[in-house]
Amino acid sequence: MTTAVIQPKWMTFGEGGTALALAALAILSLLIAANAHTSEYAFHAYLFVIASGAGVFAIVNRFYGRPADPPLQMIDGKPNYNMGPVKFSAVAAMFWGIAGFLVGLIIALQLAFPVLNFDLPWITFGRLRPLHTSAVIFAFGGNVLIATSFYVVQRTCRARLVGDIAPWFVVLGYNFFIVVAGTGYLLGITQSKEYAEPEWYADLFLTVVWVVYFLVFLGTIMRRHEPHIYVANWFYLAFIVTIAVLHLGNNAAVPVSIFSPKSYIVWSGVQDAMVQWWYGHNAVGFFLTAGFLAIMYYFIPKRADRPVYSYRLSIIHFWSLIFLYIWAGPHHLHYTALPDWAQTLGMTFSIMLWMPSWGGMINGLMTLSGAWDKLRTDPVLRMMVVSVAFYGMSTFEGPMMSVKVVNSLSHYTDWTIGHVHSGALGWVGYISFGALYCLIPWLWNRELYSLRLVNWHFWVSTIGIVFYISAMWVSGILQGLMWRAYTSLGFLEYSFVETVEAMHPFYVIRALGGLLFLIGALMMAFNLWKTVMSGHPASSPAMALAPAE
Amino acid sequence: MDATYKAFAEFAQTWGLIYFVGIFLAALVYALRPSRKDFFDAAARMPLRED
Repeated sequence: MTTAVIQPKWMTFGEGGTALALAALAILSLLIAANAHTSEYAFHAYLFVIASGAGVFAIVNRFYGRPADPPLQMIDGKPNYNMGPVKFSAVAAMFWGIAGFLVGLIIALQLAFPVLNFDLPWITFGRLRPLHTSAVIFAFGGNVLIATSFYVVQRTCRARLVGDIAPWFVVLGYNFFIVVAGTGYLLGITQSKEYAEPEWYADLFLTVVWVVYFLVFLGTIMRRHEPHIYVANWFYLAFIVTIAVLHLGNNAAVPVSIFSPKSYIVWSGVQDAMVQWWYGHNAVGFFLTAGFLAIMYYFIPKRADRPVYSYRLSIIHFWSLIFLYIWAGPHHLHYTALPDWAQTLGMTFSIMLWMPSWGGMINGLMTLSGAWDKLRTDPVLRMMVVSVAFYGMSTFEGPMMSVKVVNSLSHYTDWTIGHVHSGALGWVGYISFGALYCLIPWLWNRELYSLRLVNWHFWVSTIGIVFYISAMWVSGILQGLMWRAYTSLGFLEYSFVETVEAMHPFYVIRALGGLLFLIGALMMAFNLWKTVMSGHPASSPAMALAPAE
Repeated sequence: MDATYKAFAEFAQTWGLIYFVGIFLAALVYALRPSRKDFFDAAARMPLRED
């Protein structure tokens, strides 16, 4: 007869606390669902009921399946990294990326062919546009940032991620927020703030998720076995902290009732506009720039197998970038009711931003010194280097467009859209693709399925970006010039609808560019899927490709 | 209201400037001290170390 050693097993504070909190949220959501003022809000409340109920079930189920002892911090002297949440976020990023690019293509086609709105409220341009922006920025970009930040902080601190339930709460909670936000847009729930459309209840939930994200990240840094905090972690930390502050400031809203999705912002008039663009531009500066610069500072040295070109420059880059970006927002409000000095201040700081931006670009590009030959053989590295080149291009274009005289031509035109997409598709998209092409093989310990396919992805989507941004440059400047054209008698030369008509060919070219970019992303998803499923284990963990002879 | 606004603007335009320049100089000194060369060279290689 064997004596089974029965160890007493207790729920951790994290497990029990999270399960109780989720159970309370489920009950509260059920109450709200029963009394909701609108059926759309009731639908969201039921989503909360289902998700938090599933969360409680998952925690309890996991508790019965897991060993009594908590996971080890170190195994054989090596950190026991927690890569489960990283894998989830990496896969989610690919999924949301395809969804977001697809919706982008649909709305590009709607602009070219308005009949594609089908007169259905749920899929009109006005509702699909925030779905597109949120899907690509927050769902795709956000999951890339969460995945890479959790990976990089563990590897560069040589420490396991802090918390057991907490990292899972971050990745699952964040993706649940995305679902609530996205379905809300389709159903017409919005607080009408650009890039901050979700209503108060979704914002509150995101606040909790984000604070946990911050604590997990900071806790892992504090547990590090390295004396120095690597520069990528500084950029990630700046991204997490600043996004928290921006989110709270721009969403300071009072709901009509707990049973209503509608809320009113506490700011009014021009102050509201200023807070909105303080938020909006720093979403660009800290979400789409600082966070992705962190990716640049880890993945480019790693892939090129070269040290950072100048670590000193990276420190100056970091501090000057974060101190300057926060002031640039007013350039979104040129020639408005915002006081003139505030507009000039925003413009001045935007121009100064050119310096840290190009300092960072030079640092990223020059990291390849001694390894330039790899650009010929490694399309993944090429993608990341072209990404940094796009970063340089769009951070030159941005300060130029923030100059008031230039802005008087470019503002409200398609030039802005072109500028945004050279940053979003070129910089954010390519550095994310490069990071995922590195990360997925590392996480699953596989050889990348096909480098040839990466090469195809690179060229197809690069041609797509060129179509997109050049069409928008021509269209935007044409639009701006038509709007300001006067006849000899002092009348406007063109009616508005004439300018819209003139845009049509460029809108078609833009949609073609978007289609190519989507096709590239589909190739990538196929490639990564085959990488994980094919089961060819990686030959060497270093992943360094041999230079061309 | 005007006096408060003026005082606030003056404070921001003088002390704010000094604060920013000070922080920037501190970052420059921290980053550029010659004695830190070995430390930063090692930090630049951090992503390359495998465990």
